[in-house]
Amino acid sequence: MASNVFRAAAALASGLVFGLGLAVSGMMDPARVIGFLDVAGDWDPTLAFVMGGALLVAVPAYRFIPRRGRPLLEEEFSLPEKKAIDTPLVGGSALFGVGWGLVGFCPGPAIAALGTGFVPVFAFVAAMLAGMALHARLGGS
Amino acid sequence: MGDFSPISGFAGGLLIGLAVALMLLLNGRVAGISGIVGGLLTLRTRDTLWRAAFVAGLVLGALGYLSAADVPVRVLAPLPAILVGGLLVGFGTRLGSGCTSGHGLCGMARLSRRSVVATATFFGVAMLTVFLTRHVF
Repeated sequence: MASNVFRAAAALASGLVFGLGLAVSGMMDPARVIGFLDVAGDWDPTLAFVMGGALLVAVPAYRFIPRRGRPLLEEEFSLPEKKAIDTPLVGGSALFGVGWGLVGFCPGPAIAALGTGFVPVFAFVAAMLAGMALHARLGGS
Repeated sequence: MGDFSPISGFAGGLLIGLAVALMLLLNGRVAGISGIVGGLLTLRTRDTLWRAAFVAGLVLGALGYLSAADVPVRVLAPLPAILVGGLLVGFGTRLGSGCTSGHGLCGMARLSRRSVVATATFFGVAMLTVFLTRHVF
């Protein structure tokens, strides 16, 4: 029980830093994200700098932390193990790409932007949750 | 390039990377947002608390900055596109096992071939979608 509380506190801390980072980065703004995706228009490369900054920390983290053998608050690491490049991976990513290009929101920034109270953000997140629930309903894991 | 802001982008990116590192070091997990949120929709009690805590942190962390600084959130798509786009993002990220954070960041950092393919696919398709909606139709 206590360990569940510690794990939740750790997840809360990670979420807080993630949300702050999204807000600071400017990526909560769909117009700016579309500015990156619009390579034929008035291209805004900011997203590449966000990815660069994030990878600068995440690459060494993924290189060195797993060598500890176990995380601090769990018995073992729970990292994805699938290896196959299959149709769900590519098809799902393509569907996601269409939705991302239509609106400029991917899941993290959309949820982080709920704090604005803007109706279009709530509409997007509601539709996104419906899409996720539909996938679960159709037997997806 | 009126919106170009490499310094705040890079600083925000460092924070996002730190969040990913924290999740890995403390809980041994990938900080993939579509997976964390999607897991809340199927009831598995042991994981529900930390997943909900992460999502609460995501909203509160952004809200803290929103209340201190001027953060534009410009959703320019019309409502039907917002709803269709939301459905596609939700369904697609679950079918494809990840989104910008899980595949694009954590997966790329782990040098996962699946994530490299997924990331190239959703970036490529999103760019094509923007090209078609902005410059063709």
